[in-house]
Amino acid sequence: MVKFNRFTLDNGLRVIVHEDNTTPMAVLNILYDVGARDEDPEQTGFAHLFEHLMFGGSVNIPNYDGPLQRVGGENNAFTSNDITNYYITLPSANIETAFWLESDRMLSLAFSEKSLEVQRNVVIEEFKQRYLNQPYGDVWLKLRPLVYKTHPYRWATIGKTIKHIEDAKIEDVKAFFKKHYNPQNAIMVVGGDVKTEDVKLMAEKWFGSIPAGEKYVRNLPQEEPQTEARRETVNAKVPLNDLYIAFQMGARTDASYYPVELMSDILSRGNSSRLYRKLIKEEQLFSDVHAYITGSLDKGMFILQGKPVEGVSIEQAEQALWAELERMKNDDVSVDELTKVQNKTESTMLFSEMSLLDKAMNLAQFELLGDAAELNNETRKFLAVTAAQIKEQANAIFRKENSSTLVYLAEKEEAEPMLAASEN
Amino acid sequence: MTQLDRKTAPAFNGVDNIKLIKPQHKQLDNGCNLYTFNAEGQELVRIEFIFSNLRFNPANPLLNVAVNSMLTDGTTTLTAAQIADKVDYYGAFLQVDYNYDQSQATLYSLTKHLQHTLPVVKEILTDSIFPEKELNTYVRNQQQKLQVSLQKNDFVARRLFNEALFGKTIYGLGATPDDFNALTQDSMQQHFSAMYQPANCTIIVAGQIDNVLVQQLTNTFEGSWRANQPEADTSQPEIETAAGRFIYQEKADALQSAIRIGMPFINRKHPDFAAFQVLNTVLGGYFGSRLMANIREDKGYTYGIGSGMGSFKQTGTFFIASEVGADVCKSAVAEIEKEINLLKTELVGDDELSLVRNFMQGALLGSLENIFSHADKFKNLYFSGLDYDYYDKYADVVKNITAEEVKALANKYLDFENFYKVVVGKY
Repeated sequence: MVKFNRFTLDNGLRVIVHEDNTTPMAVLNILYDVGARDEDPEQTGFAHLFEHLMFGGSVNIPNYDGPLQRVGGENNAFTSNDITNYYITLPSANIETAFWLESDRMLSLAFSEKSLEVQRNVVIEEFKQRYLNQPYGDVWLKLRPLVYKTHPYRWATIGKTIKHIEDAKIEDVKAFFKKHYNPQNAIMVVGGDVKTEDVKLMAEKWFGSIPAGEKYVRNLPQEEPQTEARRETVNAKVPLNDLYIAFQMGARTDASYYPVELMSDILSRGNSSRLYRKLIKEEQLFSDVHAYITGSLDKGMFILQGKPVEGVSIEQAEQALWAELERMKNDDVSVDELTKVQNKTESTMLFSEMSLLDKAMNLAQFELLGDAAELNNETRKFLAVTAAQIKEQANAIFRKENSSTLVYLAEKEEAEPMLAASEN
Repeated sequence: MTQLDRKTAPAFNGVDNIKLIKPQHKQLDNGCNLYTFNAEGQELVRIEFIFSNLRFNPANPLLNVAVNSMLTDGTTTLTAAQIADKVDYYGAFLQVDYNYDQSQATLYSLTKHLQHTLPVVKEILTDSIFPEKELNTYVRNQQQKLQVSLQKNDFVARRLFNEALFGKTIYGLGATPDDFNALTQDSMQQHFSAMYQPANCTIIVAGQIDNVLVQQLTNTFEGSWRANQPEADTSQPEIETAAGRFIYQEKADALQSAIRIGMPFINRKHPDFAAFQVLNTVLGGYFGSRLMANIREDKGYTYGIGSGMGSFKQTGTFFIASEVGADVCKSAVAEIEKEINLLKTELVGDDELSLVRNFMQGALLGSLENIFSHADKFKNLYFSGLDYDYYDKYADVVKNITAEEVKALANKYLDFENFYKVVVGKY
């Protein structure tokens, strides 16, 4: 049970306070309701590039990190297809520094050309490090446009191409800030060794005078139901073949989310899961196999991925995965198997309450979904899932015409001598 | 109402000293040491069973890690599948972990289910048999995973670096796919019996703990678990470092090069260790570090660069690591050298040093998130043979170290010429 208090400032900023006096620390987490899905198709990767620029100085504070580190604090941020989330952890005695820093960059950035130039380079290196210079690193650049044809989920948060990052202009940065970074589009959670009354005063003091800005009305092209099986095969310099099958599934807010999440657990969570036991251990067809969902705010993906053992053909591997999906469609999950994944979900929720930052982020995300209080109903919703609901979802999702299959075929090179390095 | 001053930082307070929770200790009648950290809160526990690794055998270098990885793959009475079922059914997590010095199994469980989950742990720690079929699966899958990792420049750079620093020891040897073929059921069972003995086991429990739980643990792990082997040989062979200082592996089509630069180093037991952590933080230990400020935030050569220290039982390491654009690799290395030399020739400014000191005090306070963190701090001490004075001294050094002391340390320990430098990619 994560207790909290909640209030909204006149400018529309939603504030949640979670008091936890077992720690001498405090966190301040700000979620901005903007992600890669809100980008122009010709300027992808922008939400993430923008996240980097948020550390390049704000209108009154030239350096963001220094003053925070000086009071013993740390910070970071992440961007997804749906949201951008910034967080600070610091000794609670210095919480006001976090209000000062975060309010100033919500008020306005410095918009420095130098910062834009450097962060463009940093993000381009990130693009190379994570997506291009790794075996299978480009999987999301290929799989997303296969699964999504109209929705902006068809590109990854890093962007479609490095070119879009190279082309970013300071005017674009300013326009993006104006459109998305205002109090109405943000949810702030303050947690840890704090008092709600103090948080109210500081929120009012530092954020109260920030203009409400214009409300961003999201109107994204929604993805049509898929009606044909899709397939792409890539010949790549990778050591092993790799197989991905992605299905369209409901949004995070659909009731179907709960049975589908448990279904992915039954298939792939832990060493007792079906795919691990059957396909890795018993039939020895895969060296590695997983099932998971993206949990996206719009129509999401259910993904199966696995590396077949050398000598096992892609066809065999696909057949074996489909056989497990058919079993899910035709047979009821047993009481024990369902209880198992429900127990696992229950204990995971409890363990996550050991972390202050996790609690703060969860509260922000549930508030974005509609109501922070639903965080405390989450376990109950998983416990209420029935075998019949899981079977129904398996039949709705695991259809050939709803599948997108991506295959990496390893191009065999001349074997390199192992670790033969020149020393001089 | 007065105008809000947004230009000036709010007044700030010093950071409190940390208050570490110390464990209760009990020795079981078979020599196994039990340490418990109690906190009210969620009704759950983390129980770690930690064993010192056996002396490294270059002919069968993967024994320590393979035995640890396969602890959950079958006992005389339970198959791998039954072990997984029992643990998962009760919503528990049973992990095995391996580092250079120790191997461990960790159980995360709700306390109400311990009666069902603890006996499984007892089984795997006392009666694992490493079934032939499971071993074959393990070997094949690990060989495949290694093939993928060997395509990653940073992975290869780390291996070449460790091998140069630590030679053919547990710290230095990077396994080849062939090394997995030396594993046999027999050799693993022998290794298991020699190592997983009560006197070589430390149990560390953190969470909501009462006498009933301690009794439950005692009952489960005393009794039939007896030493039936000579004392485990956990000594390690001498380390021989490589002669060559520059190690380059070219990858013709690399977009980025992985860089790893550093040397064998003092460990936590050395009186300079805490002070050097301050120097390390200045150089590359936090987001605002000199390496990040220069090579990422000013030059844009990389997504990330940092420096770090590793403390092991027999040795230690200091290293700088990054992946940089292939076309700017030489420039990046030159900038690293520049930053190292700057620390030796110029005093760290008061502003920067006070910032780093405060940052480190905040990080120390923040590292105590929950009762698990208190147990983690204890482990750092216990396995280095140190006591709680260490953290008092650490806090003292972080609070009071001077710029002169930092510069003296830089001159004592940092010699760029003498560093091992590994580049994988293009140079």
